[in-house]
Amino acid sequence: MDTFEKRKKTKPVRPGGGNRRKSRAFPKGRQVQPDARGDVQKLLKGRSLARDLLIEHLHLIQDKYGQLSAPHLAALAEHMKLAMAEVYEVATFYHHFDVVREGEDAPAEVTIRVCDSLSCEMAGAKDIIKSLGDKAPKYVRVQHAPCMGLCDKAPAAAVGKNYSGGVSVASLLKAAKNRDIKPAKVKYQSFDAYVKAGGYKVLKNLRKGKQTPDQVIETLQEAGLRGLGGAGFPSGQKWKFVRAAQGPRYMCINGDEGEPGTFKDRLYLETKPHQFLEGMLIGAWGVDASAVYIYLRDEYPHIRDVLLKEIAVLEKKEIIEPGYVHLRRGAGAYICGEESAMIESIEGKRGLPRHRPPYVAGVGVFGRPTLVHNVETVYWMPEILAKGADWFAKQGRDGHKGNRSYSVSGRVKNPGVVLTAAGATAEELIEACGGMLDGHTFKGYLPGGASGGILPASMGNLALDFGQLEKYGAFVGSHAVVILSDKDHMRDVSVNLLKFFEDESCGQCTPCRVGCEKAVKLMGAKKWNTGLLDELSTAMADASICGLGQAAPNPIRSVMKYFKKDVS
Amino acid sequence: MSDKITFTLDGKKVSAAPGETIWQVAKRQGTTIPHLCWKDAPGYRADGNCRACMVEIEGERVLAASCVRTPTDGMKVVTQSDRAKKSRRMVIELLMADQPKTKDAHDSQSAFLSWTRAMNVRTSRFPKGNRPKPDVSHSAMAVNLDACIHCNLCVRACREVQVNDVIGMAARGHDAKIVFDFDDPMGNSTCVACGECVQACPTGALMPKTIIDDKGRGGRVADKQVQSVCPYCGVGCQITYNIKKNKKTGRDEIAWVEGAGGRSNENRLCVKGRFGFDYVTSPERLTKPLIRKPGKPKGINIDPANPYTHFREATWDEALKFAARGLKDIRTKHGPKGLAGFGSAKCSNEEAYLFQKLVRTGFGSNNVDHCTRLCHASSVAALMECIGSGAVTAPFMAAKDADVIVVIGANPIENHPVAATYFKQARKRGAELIVMDPRGQALKRHATHMLQFKSGSDVAMLNAIMHVIVEEGLYDKQYIQSHTEGFEKIKKHLKDFSPEKMEAVCGIAAGELRTVARKYATSGRSIIFWGMGVSQSTHGTDNARCLISLVLMTGHTGRPGTGLHPLRGQNNVQGASDAGLIPMVFPDYMKVGNDDLRGRFEKLWQTKLDPDPGLTVVEIIHAIHDDEIHGMYIMGENPAMSDPDANHARDALAKLDHLVVQDIFLTETAMFADVVLPATAWPEKDGSVSNTNRQVQMGRKALDAPGDAKPDWWITVQMAKGLGLKWTYKSPADVFTEMKQAMPSLDNITWQRLENENSVTYPCPAPGHPGEDIVFADRFATDDGLGKFVPANVTPPNEMPDKKFPYILITGRQLEHWHTGAMTRRSYVLDQVQPTPTVQMNTIDIAKFGIEPGDKVKVSTRRGEVKIAVRADNAVSPGTIFIPFAYVEASANELTNPQLDPIGKIPEFKYCAAKVEPLR
Repeated sequence: MDTFEKRKKTKPVRPGGGNRRKSRAFPKGRQVQPDARGDVQKLLKGRSLARDLLIEHLHLIQDKYGQLSAPHLAALAEHMKLAMAEVYEVATFYHHFDVVREGEDAPAEVTIRVCDSLSCEMAGAKDIIKSLGDKAPKYVRVQHAPCMGLCDKAPAAAVGKNYSGGVSVASLLKAAKNRDIKPAKVKYQSFDAYVKAGGYKVLKNLRKGKQTPDQVIETLQEAGLRGLGGAGFPSGQKWKFVRAAQGPRYMCINGDEGEPGTFKDRLYLETKPHQFLEGMLIGAWGVDASAVYIYLRDEYPHIRDVLLKEIAVLEKKEIIEPGYVHLRRGAGAYICGEESAMIESIEGKRGLPRHRPPYVAGVGVFGRPTLVHNVETVYWMPEILAKGADWFAKQGRDGHKGNRSYSVSGRVKNPGVVLTAAGATAEELIEACGGMLDGHTFKGYLPGGASGGILPASMGNLALDFGQLEKYGAFVGSHAVVILSDKDHMRDVSVNLLKFFEDESCGQCTPCRVGCEKAVKLMGAKKWNTGLLDELSTAMADASICGLGQAAPNPIRSVMKYFKKDVS
Repeated sequence: MSDKITFTLDGKKVSAAPGETIWQVAKRQGTTIPHLCWKDAPGYRADGNCRACMVEIEGERVLAASCVRTPTDGMKVVTQSDRAKKSRRMVIELLMADQPKTKDAHDSQSAFLSWTRAMNVRTSRFPKGNRPKPDVSHSAMAVNLDACIHCNLCVRACREVQVNDVIGMAARGHDAKIVFDFDDPMGNSTCVACGECVQACPTGALMPKTIIDDKGRGGRVADKQVQSVCPYCGVGCQITYNIKKNKKTGRDEIAWVEGAGGRSNENRLCVKGRFGFDYVTSPERLTKPLIRKPGKPKGINIDPANPYTHFREATWDEALKFAARGLKDIRTKHGPKGLAGFGSAKCSNEEAYLFQKLVRTGFGSNNVDHCTRLCHASSVAALMECIGSGAVTAPFMAAKDADVIVVIGANPIENHPVAATYFKQARKRGAELIVMDPRGQALKRHATHMLQFKSGSDVAMLNAIMHVIVEEGLYDKQYIQSHTEGFEKIKKHLKDFSPEKMEAVCGIAAGELRTVARKYATSGRSIIFWGMGVSQSTHGTDNARCLISLVLMTGHTGRPGTGLHPLRGQNNVQGASDAGLIPMVFPDYMKVGNDDLRGRFEKLWQTKLDPDPGLTVVEIIHAIHDDEIHGMYIMGENPAMSDPDANHARDALAKLDHLVVQDIFLTETAMFADVVLPATAWPEKDGSVSNTNRQVQMGRKALDAPGDAKPDWWITVQMAKGLGLKWTYKSPADVFTEMKQAMPSLDNITWQRLENENSVTYPCPAPGHPGEDIVFADRFATDDGLGKFVPANVTPPNEMPDKKFPYILITGRQLEHWHTGAMTRRSYVLDQVQPTPTVQMNTIDIAKFGIEPGDKVKVSTRRGEVKIAVRADNAVSPGTIFIPFAYVEASANELTNPQLDPIGKIPEFKYCAAKVEPLR
C-alpha cells in the first residue's frame, strides 16, 4: 500500500499546536514511595485501619521516626484508604505532630517544650525560653507550649515526653543531653491495694443488680455531683438524658485537662487510678455503654503508661471484656477538652467543636448517644455510692453541695490542689496554700483558669462555685484558681491569656479565629481601644460556636472592668 | 416527624417542615439573612462556621446560626434584633480587615463583597494580619487565599459534593489554611480540576483564570447567560455559559461555565464541562468549505492549522454540489449499497435523525452507523435480547437509594465524573461499593470490595458469583417465577462455575466471590453500572448477558435503587441510537427487516426502504477494502482515530472514490476527504440530546459560528436536496416534530417542553410528567413481558499474549481528553493537563526494562506500532499496559484488534497482545 508507506514518513501534527509541554511521568499529585509504604505497612501490621484510629496511627509514626514526613503521610493515606488532604489536615491540627514536607528539615532529635501559660510565665518561662534559644545545642529544638497541668510546680517543661516542674535552663539541657526523655515513673495505689480497701465492690454490686440505674441517678442527684470538667452539669441528669436515647450508647471520659491552671485530674489519675476506673465503669454500667473511650491528653504520658497497664489488669481480672475500654491519646490541642471536639478527635478528626443541638447525650461519638464525664466526676462516684449521697453533699457549705478540688497556683507559697468545701473563697485558698509569696500583695485572681475571667482582690471573699460568679463576668469552671499580685501587670496577664486562646482556637468560626487574633493585636497597645474591644468581645461571646470563643473575651472585659488603670 | 413545626419569626407565627432551618424559613418568608459559608444549593451541608447569619432565640444565652439551626415548636426567633445585627456586622468587619482592597478584588461580584455592600461595611477598624501569597500553578484556576474567609465551602465542594478529596483545611486557629493534598501548589496536587470549589467560593479566593487579570483582579461579570447541556460525556450535565464580548475581536466568547441545576448533575461539572469550551475559538476551526486539490495524496499528512496544502476554499454552493455529485455518481454506478454514512453521537437528536433518513432515503440502503458500535453495541444487543430495551432501567442517580452498588468495567471517575460523584456519595453514606475492573482505577480507594480480576475473565467471574447465588439459594424465587424465563436452564449451566473452580480463571479468591455474591443478592437494593470494559470485547454480549441474569435472578430491578445501567459514552449516543443511527433498525429500534415496521417508515417518509440491515462501522471499512463501498458521507465521526486497527481503516478511507466529511476541525478523517464541510460547534446551534439516563435535554445556541460554518442539520438538509430529496426542514424544531411521529418514545415530550423545562425523561406518561426514571417495575419490554436468562460460556479474548507479544494492551479514555481528542486537545486547560500521549505501565514492568518513567518505548502489536512515553501507574497490573486513544502522535488504535463480538459487532478494544521495547 503506497498510502500506508507515505503516511509512515509524515509525522502527524498534533491538534491545537503551540504547547510543547510533556505529559507527566506519573499520575497527578504526590506518589507513594515504595520505602515509605513498606515502613507504614510494617508499623501498622495487624492493626485495625478504622478511620477513627488515624490519630493513633499518626502517633505511631511520630514516635518511631520523630516526625511525620510527607512520604510517610502519603503512605499512611494510601494504607488507610484516606485522601491525602484528610491525613494532612488532621496531622497539622495537633501541636504534637511534626509534619515535614519534602525539602524541609526534620526536627532536632530532642524537643524541649516550655510551658508559657500564665502560672509558668509568671514563674519566668519567657526567660527560660529565650535563654534556651541561645544555649541549646543543635540536637535540641525549643518550643513554647500551652499549660501542661504542672502549674503547682511552675515553671514546667517537657524534654521529649519527660514532663517536669521546677525546671531551669540547666536542668532542661542536662536532661536533653542525657536523653532523659521518657515519661516519669509514677507511684500509685495498685489494683490489689485498691481492692483491699474495698475497691470495685460498688461496681460488682451494681452489676449484680443490687441497685438500678435510676436509684443510682437519684443518689448522684442527692449528692449534688456535677460535671467537674468545668460545666457543672448535674451528673445524674446527664445519665437520664443518655439513657433516654436509643442504644447502642457509648461512654467517653474527658481526660483532656487543659484549662490553664488546672491539674486536679492529673493528681487523681497519678495517685488513685483505680478509683477513677471504677467510677468510669459505674458510668458505663449506668448507660449500658457498648464501649468506653478515655481521651487522655498527650501531656500526661506517664499517666497513659499507668492506665494502659491497669486497664490490662482489669481485662485480666475479667472486670472488663478485652477491648471494651479504649485509651485514646490526644495530640496537643486544648480545644479537645471541649466535649464535642474531643469526640471528633476520638473519631480521628480535627478537633472542631460541633454545633448544639444536637447534644452529645443524643448524638455523640460515631453519631450515637454518649455519656461524657470528666475524670474527677467519675472519680467521686464509687465513694458517693459507698458512703451515701449525704457524705458528699454535706462537705459543701453555705448551701453549696459537695467538695471541690481547687487547683491553686500563681503567687502563693505552696501551690497545689486544695480539696475543700464547695463555695470556698480565694482568700481562704490563699491561706490554705500558705499565704501569698513573700513580697507579693494580693491583687486579683483567675477563678476559673484562662477562660473564667479575672476578679480583683476586693472580690476575694466570693464563694467559688458554679453559677456564683457569672454576675461579675466570671465563672469558676474547672476550679483553677490563679493568684495574681501587685507584681503582675494586667495587660500582660490578659495578653498571655488571649495569646493562648489565639493559639488554641480551632479556627472554625470567624469570631473566635479572627477575633482572638485581632484582640491580641489591639491589646498590645499601651492604651486600649476599649470601645472596639468591647464590641469585639460582645460579638465573640454572642456568636462563637463553642465555649472557647465565647469565654475568650472574659479576660479583656475583666481588665476593662476591674483593672482599667493597667490599660489606660 | 412529618409534622409541621410552628414557631415565631420576627413576631410572626410561621411553620417549618421537619429539617428546615431557620434561615430557610426566613428566606421563604422574604428575609434573606446574610450568609457566607452556607450555600443555598443542592448537596451543600450547612456548616454554620462563618457566623454571618446569627439570630436571636428567646431564652438562649448566645445567638444561633440560622443556617444550621432548626426551629422547635413555640420557639421565638428574632432575625432583626440589634444584638443579632451587630453581631453579623462584626463578623463581616472582622473578615473585611484581611481582605484585599475592594478595587483589587479577585471577584468584584463575590457574595462576600455583595454582603459588605448590602450591610454597608466599607472598611474595617481592625489591624490587618499576615496574608498568604497567590498560587497560580494550575492552568485553569487561580488560588488567592488572601481573600479566603475559611468558610470551607471549597472543602465541602471537593470532599462532600464531588468527593474528589483534594482540598483540606489544615493547621488550626489563625494559622488554619486551605490546602491541596499536603499544602501542595494546586497544579501539582491530585486536583482533577472539576472546578466545584471555584463555583462555590464566595470571595474570589478561587477563580477561573479566564476572568481575572495578571494581578488577580476580576469578577464574574457576564453580558449574558445561556443554559445548555455539556457536549462531552453521556452524563449530560446542564451548564450555564457566561458570555462576554471579547474587546479585541468584538465577538462573543464563553468567559466561564458554571454547572446548572440539571437532575443528573445538580450544578456539578467535571474539568471538560467547566474548562473545555475554548476549542470553539481555536484558530484551527474550519470556516470555509474545502475541496481537495487534485493529486494531493490522502493520509494523515496535513497540519490541521493549515489545510491549504491539500485543499482549496470553495463556496457552499460549489462544495455542496461537488459533494452530492460524487455520491450520486457512485449510487448510479454501484447502486445504493456502494455508499455508506457515519453519523455521530456528538450531534443532536434532530441531526442524527436527518442523517439516517438521508442514508436510508437518499442513498437507498441501511449502511448507516455511528460510534455506538464502538462503545455499547454489545450491551444493547444483550439488553434487547433479554429485556427488550436497550436503554438503562434506572438513572445513575438511583445510586442514592442503593444499598449495594456494583461498578464493573467502568472507570466513571475519569469517564463519567459527575455520575461517579453519586457513587462516591453513596459510599460515604454507607452503601457497599463493589468495583470490578482489571485496572485499579480511581474508584478503588472508595470501594468496599475491589475485584481486580484478570482481563477478559468477566464471564468466569460473573458466573461464579451467580453460582453462589443459586447454590446458596439467595435468588428471588417469586420474582423469577413471575418476571423471567429460562432460570432452570441457567441454573444447570451455572453448576460448573463454582468460585473455587473460577478462582484460578479470574484471579479473585473464592471467598471474596462468595462474599460479594451474598452482599449483592441479599441487600434490599442493588444496582449495577457497567462501561466499556464489559462491552468492548469479543464476548461483550456474553458479559452483558451475565449482568442481566444477575439482576433477573435477584429481582434487583424496577425499584428505586436497583437496576441495570450501561454508562453511555457520548453526550448523545443514547439519542443518536434512538433516532436510528444504527444499520439494523429504524428510529426507536424498529427492525428494518420487519415488514410492518418498515411499512410505517415507508409511509412516513413516502419512499421505498431497503429491508436488509446495513453494515456496521468495522464491516463498512472491510467492505471498502472489498470494493463494495466506494463513497461515504461522514458527519462528525473520526474513524481514522477511533476504529480498531486504524491503519487498516485509514487505508480504507484513502481508497474511497468520494469522501464527504462534515466537521468542525480538519480531523484525521477529514484529511482523507474529497470535500470538507465546515460545521458549527455545539455552543453555536440549537438541538436536543439524550443522556445515559434517558433524559432528553435542550442544547441552546450561545455563540455565532465562525466564518461560513453551518449547523450540521442545515448541511444535511442541503446534502439531501443535492441527492434529489425534497426536504423542507427550517429548524431543529421542525425535525423534532417529524421525529415524534416516528418515535413513540417521545410521546408527551414536545420541543416546547424542552424549551421550558430543559430536560424531560422518556418514557413520559403524561404531558406534565417529568418522565419515568425507573422502568420495568411490572413487565419488561419483551413480547411476553418476561426477562430472559441467557447463559454465557467462557470464551477467551481473541488474541492472547504470547512469547512475541507478551503484554495485554487495554485502550480507553482519560479524564481530560474526549474520544479522539478533536475538541479537547484544542482546549487550553485540557491540553495543559494532558499534553502528550503516555502508556501506563506498572512500576514492576518499568523496572524490568531498566527505564525511568517518562522514557519512551515502542509498543507494537501485529497491526502497528507507536512510540510513546511511559507513565508509571500501578493502576495497571504487571503484564498489562494502557494507552488512551486520543493522541494522533501515538494512535492507540493503530494497535488494537478489529475482531468483533459476533452479536454486537463491537471490536475488542480492551484486549490485545502487545510488545514493549525500550527506545534509547
